Amino acid sequence: MEFVLSCAIGILAASGIWLMMRPRTFQVIVGLCLVSYAVNLFIFSTGRLTMGAPPIMPKGWFVNPAAYADPLPQALVLTAIVISFATTALFLVVMLASRGFTGTDHVDGKERD
Amino acid sequence: MMGLSDHLIILPILIPFFAGAIMLLYDDRQRKAKLGISLVATLATLVVAIELLNRSKGNALSGGNDIAFYLLGDWAVPYGIILVIDRLSAMMLVLTSLLAIPALLYSGAGWHRQGQNFQSLFMFLLMGLNGAFLTGDLFNLFVFFEVLLAASYGLLLHGSGQLRVRAGLHYIAMNLAASLLFLVGVSLIYGVTGTLSMAQLSNLVATVPDADRPLLHVGTAMLGIAFLVKAGIYPLSFWLPTAYMAGSAPVAAMFAIMTKVGIYIILRITMLVFGAGAGSSAGFAAEVLVALGLATIAYGSFGVLASQGLGRVTGHLVMISSGTLLTVNGLALMGGGIGMLAGALYYLVGSTLATGALFLLIEPLSREEGGIAAMLALTADAYGLDQSDEDSTEQDEEGLAIPGVMTILGLLFGVCLLMLAGMPPLAGFIGKLGILGGAMSAPALPAALVWVFVALVIVSGLASLLALVRIGIQTFWAADGTPPRVLASEIAPIGVLAGLVILMTIQGQDIFRYMEATSRALHAPEIYVQGVIEAPRVVDGGDRP
Repeated sequence: MEFVLSCAIGILAASGIWLMMRPRTFQVIVGLCLVSYAVNLFIFSTGRLTMGAPPIMPKGWFVNPAAYADPLPQALVLTAIVISFATTALFLVVMLASRGFTGTDHVDGKERD
Repeated sequence: MMGLSDHLIILPILIPFFAGAIMLLYDDRQRKAKLGISLVATLATLVVAIELLNRSKGNALSGGNDIAFYLLGDWAVPYGIILVIDRLSAMMLVLTSLLAIPALLYSGAGWHRQGQNFQSLFMFLLMGLNGAFLTGDLFNLFVFFEVLLAASYGLLLHGSGQLRVRAGLHYIAMNLAASLLFLVGVSLIYGVTGTLSMAQLSNLVATVPDADRPLLHVGTAMLGIAFLVKAGIYPLSFWLPTAYMAGSAPVAAMFAIMTKVGIYIILRITMLVFGAGAGSSAGFAAEVLVALGLATIAYGSFGVLASQGLGRVTGHLVMISSGTLLTVNGLALMGGGIGMLAGALYYLVGSTLATGALFLLIEPLSREEGGIAAMLALTADAYGLDQSDEDSTEQDEEGLAIPGVMTILGLLFGVCLLMLAGMPPLAGFIGKLGILGGAMSAPALPAALVWVFVALVIVSGLASLLALVRIGIQTFWAADGTPPRVLASEIAPIGVLAGLVILMTIQGQDIFRYMEATSRALHAPEIYVQGVIEAPRVVDGGDRP
C-alpha cells in the first residue's frame, strides 16, 4: 500500500510541477490543483497508513493508541483542502480578469515574439 | 474564571475580524463610515497591542520578561491551539498597528474609492498579520498566513488595471506554490515529532532519533523556503519589486510589513527549535541563512542602483532590509550575541516604518507627470464603474491642498533616506551600528564572514544613499513646472510615519533596552517553552482526558 500511495503522490506532484512551469494560465491552475492533491495525500499519510482503524477513541481509562488511526492529519487535510480550494477559486477569477484585460491566456499577458 | 483582561490577547485578532465582517454588510458607497469604523478598530488594536507590550515587559520578579498565553477552547497544551504573547510578538503587533493607521488615513484621501471592499480586506489583512504574530502552533500559523495572503491578493488587485492584474497573477501563483511547500513542511514535522506546537517541538527536537533527524531537517527546510519566498530573499524574490510597485500606495505601504512576517517566523522558529539546546540539530541552516541573506543584500544593492523609478528602488530597499535581518538571524544562530540581534530588531522597526512612508511618497511625487490623474482615470475606466464624475467632484472638496508642498515632501523624503541608508543621526544608524558592533565583538563568529557582512551592509547603505539622492535631486531640485497638488490628508500620514522614525531616534535608549531584553529572551528559548508547556488551564480537570 505504501508503494501505491507514494507512486500516486509522486506522479501527481511531478505532473503538477511540470504543468506549473508551462506558459498558459490554464495549465498553471491545473498544475496547482494537482500539486495540492499530492500535498493533501502526503499530509494524510503522515498519520501512518492503517486499514480499518477508527480515528475516534472510546471514552475510558486506557486505550491502545496503536489500534486507532491518527485523527489529526485527517483534520489538517480537511482544512488544507478547504483553503486550497478557496485560493484556487480566487486565482481562477484573477486569471479570467487577466484574460479579459490582455486578450491572451499567456501568464505574462503577452505572447512571446 | 477568566477576567476580561485575560481575553486581551485574542483581541488583536477579533477586533479587525469583526470590524471587517460588519463593514461587509454596508453598501460600498458609505466610505466615510467605513473609514471611520476601520480607523476606530485599528486604534483599538493599537491600544490593546500597547497594553500587551507593557505587560510583556513584566516586572523585576519575572526578570523583565513576562509571557502570557491564551488557550483556545481551554484545551491543555500541547493538544489545543495556543496563542502566545511575548516581547517579540507584542513588538510586532504594535508595529503593525502603527503602520496600519497612516496607511488607512492615506487611503481615505481617495484610494479607497478605487474598488470595492477595500476597508474590509484591509481589516482581514490586519487580522491575519496579528494572528500570525500571536500563534504558537504551526498549523494555525498556516491558517493565519492564508488569511493574510487571501486579503493581500484582494488588496493588490485593488484599483484593478492591467498592470495590477498581471502582477497579481504572478504574486498569487507564487504564494500558492509556497503555501503548498509550507503544508509539506508542516506535515513532515508532524510525521517525525508528532506535534505542531512550537514549544513542544523545541522540547522534542533534541530527542529525535538520528534516523529521523534528516526528515525533520527536510521538513523545516521546506517550511523555511515558504517563508523565504514571503520575506523576498534573493533567488525567490523576483516577484517582489513588480508586485510592490503595482499595488496602490496604501497597500504597498502595508506590504512593507508582509516581508517582515516571513522574517519574524524564521527568527521565531530557528531561535526556538535550533537554539543551543537542540542537540545535534543546534544551529541547523545557520550557514544557509547567512549565505542567502548576504546574497539578498548584494542583489538588493545592485537593484537599487539599477532601478529608475522610486517604486522599483523602494522594492529593492525592502529586499536589502530583509537580507540584513536574515543574515543577522543566521549569525545569531552561530552565536552572534545579544547586542547584534537587538540592533537588528531596532533596525526592523525603523526600516519598516521608513519603507512604508516611501511607498506613500511615491504617488504624490509622480503626480506632476500626470501619474495619478492618468492612473485614476485609467483604473476607473477599466473598472467599468460610473464613479468617475462622482470622483472629480469629491476630489475637490476633500480637503485643502497645502502650499510649499515640495518642501514638506522633500523633508519627509530626507527622513526616509537617512533612515534607510543608515546615516546618522536617525534610527537607521543606531540599528546598523548595533548590528555591526555586535557582529564584530562576537568571538564565536568566523572573522572573514563578519568582514564580508560588514562590508556588504556598508556598501548597501551607500547604494541606497546614491539611488535615493539621485531620485531626490531629480524630483526636488531639478524639477521644472508647477508643483503637484497634494492634499493635507495625504501628507499627514507620511508625516506620522516620519515622526515615528524620529521619535524612535529620540527615545533610542529606551527602545534599544526593550530590544535587548527581547533579544535576550530569544536566546533563552527555554523560558518560552517552559511557559507554554506549563500554561495553566482555566477550568481544571473535568471528565475530559
